Amino acid sequence: MGKKLVSLDHVVFNYEGSDSHAINDVSFDIYEGEWLAIVGHNGSGKSTLAKLLNGLHFASSGVITINGSELTQATVWEARRKIGMVFQNPDNQFVGTTVEDDVAFGLENNGIQQDIMAERVKRALMKVKMDAFLDQEPHHLSGGQKQRVAIAGVLALQPDIIILDEATSMLDPRGREEVLETVRELKEENVLTVVSITHDLEEAAKADRIIVMNKGQVHREGSPIEIFRLEDELIELGLDIPFSVKLSKALQKTGLDLKNDHLTEEELVKELCELHSKM
Amino acid sequence: MRITLEDVEYRYSVNTPFEHLALHDVNMTIEPGTYTAVIGHTGSGKSTLLQHLNVLLRPTKGRVIIGERTIRAQKKKEKNLKSIRQKVGIVFQFPEHQLFEETVEKDICFGPMNFGVPEAKAKELARIALKQVGLEQEILKKSPFDLSGGQMRRVAIAGVIAMEPDVLVLDEPTAGLDPRGRKEIMDMFYQLHKDRGISTILVTHSMEDAARYADDIIIMHKGTVYQKGKPEEIFSKPDQLLELGLDVPDTVRFQLMLQREMGIRFARPSLSLEDLVADIKEAMERGNRL
Ligand SMILES: Nc1ncnc2c1ncn2[C@@H]1O[C@H](COP(=O)(O)OP(=O)(O)O)[C@@H](O)[C@H]1O
Ligand SMILES: Nc1ncnc2c1ncn2[C@@H]1O[C@H](COP(=O)(O)OP(=O)(O)O)[C@@H](O)[C@H]1O
Ligand SMILES: [Mg+2]
Ligand SMILES: [Mg+2]
Repeated sequence: MGKKLVSLDHVVFNYEGSDSHAINDVSFDIYEGEWLAIVGHNGSGKSTLAKLLNGLHFASSGVITINGSELTQATVWEARRKIGMVFQNPDNQFVGTTVEDDVAFGLENNGIQQDIMAERVKRALMKVKMDAFLDQEPHHLSGGQKQRVAIAGVLALQPDIIILDEATSMLDPRGREEVLETVRELKEENVLTVVSITHDLEEAAKADRIIVMNKGQVHREGSPIEIFRLEDELIELGLDIPFSVKLSKALQKTGLDLKNDHLTEEELVKELCELHSKM
Repeated sequence: MRITLEDVEYRYSVNTPFEHLALHDVNMTIEPGTYTAVIGHTGSGKSTLLQHLNVLLRPTKGRVIIGERTIRAQKKKEKNLKSIRQKVGIVFQFPEHQLFEETVEKDICFGPMNFGVPEAKAKELARIALKQVGLEQEILKKSPFDLSGGQMRRVAIAGVIAMEPDVLVLDEPTAGLDPRGRKEIMDMFYQLHKDRGISTILVTHSMEDAARYADDIIIMHKGTVYQKGKPEEIFSKPDQLLELGLDVPDTVRFQLMLQREMGIRFARPSLSLEDLVADIKEAMERGNRL
């Protein structure tokens, strides 16, 4: 694992006027270059966590450290330069009158030169296949297109960490896979750390690590294999398990002699092939 | 209530530089009490189509027959659309973005009262609808904005159900919900469909949901109906779907992999996990090779 980039130490957060903790004593680390998936039921605190990392809220108690420095009102701008965030609902994120302005906005804020900026904006929009929409008004785009533009806005900033809060929920399955593949490529090219909050289990299965949130707390932390082995426990938490794991389990119940956990369908097909050739 | 579309065309922003043909030559009938899934690539015209079902949009050519009413492509303003809007309820994508009242109760009552239901009766409908979507009565007095995303979604859906529609039109109603929430909401719609005979039209990217719940599936492609059929028919031609940029259900995708890698032959598409398990067992034991 890479070096520790972010760490949360006993973080607690309450929304004003609420008597329960939206985040209740959460501690974990984020490592440089990893893809961390955060899953959890609606209301388990995932978005709150993302907002704490980006300094939109501040912990009621506990400490968040980013690259060695504590996240406070004084360091928040420094932190936002390192952490790019894409929200669930892109409407809340648009500021520019055109798609181009919108993507450029964050760069202007960071004092990037005009010519470098134009180039970066164009490239980011090309990555998410929205370069044809440069002059359009963001509000006239479909939900999925808005999400692509929002992602481009963050990519253009070239942050160290990108937090995707259900950032592809309005895309169709193909579109989602395309956008995620783009982020994966960028992660390989640059040393990018990805925190992806998602309900998409097939996506989580491809992460390096998964954190399962439940009622404001970290319920479990582990590799996809370790997490999806929990099966019934996940379902009790309102979550699900990947199709291949479900099918593998159901086949075993009928007496088929399968030996492994199958996180991917390819693995399951392979074992079925072997079994079949022996029959 | 039956809904029929005849040679429907729809253009956005007619006579402007932005004119855009979104639907053309659309012909279909939604029979009373049926459950129809509409699938198709982003931009294929699904949402535009749905908005014709309760006259949020009027065709630029052709006609839409909704129960007794015929909506034609004419300039003159269509009168008295309220009764259609009450009978055909639409749940939009991310409907919680449209919540606006101070309390959940007011929000749910807004629809029925707008259609002339007296306040006391509307409140009763709100209570029933809230129960149907699986929420506690306590939240009636809360502000919808103090609720979690999943709860807001249910409140928005309750607002549509409280109008007691004959037809429910659902545009990707579970996007963004957690897996349990998704299943609960889908099961709830199915129950309403069964119990009250509500015709249901579901736009979805989930081929599993289309396979599980729908009687008929309509494939939209480039603004027109590409094909219509029973789930078994639609999913027995997986290549066609993949070519259109669509998916097949997990179960069918797995069958295709087995077919390719093992030479196992399946007589029919498996549309549920249980079916797939049985079909794999059977094929393995038969040792069926091509
Ligand atoms: N602005 C807010 N005001 C008050 N409570 C909130 C607010 N946003 C979220 N909450 C509450 O905090 C908890 C965690 O919410 P959230 O972080 O949005 O969860 P998730 O993203 O996992 O669905 C929930 O109980 C939710 O109702
Ligand atoms: N308000 C609008 N103005 C102009 N064009 C639109 C508008 N809404 C949708 N379109 C276009 O019409 C086509 C069909 O869109 P839509 O019905 O939203 O598709 P789907 O719901 O299948 O994604 C798309 O090409 C889309 O860009
Ligand atoms: Mg959230
Ligand atoms: Mg749509």
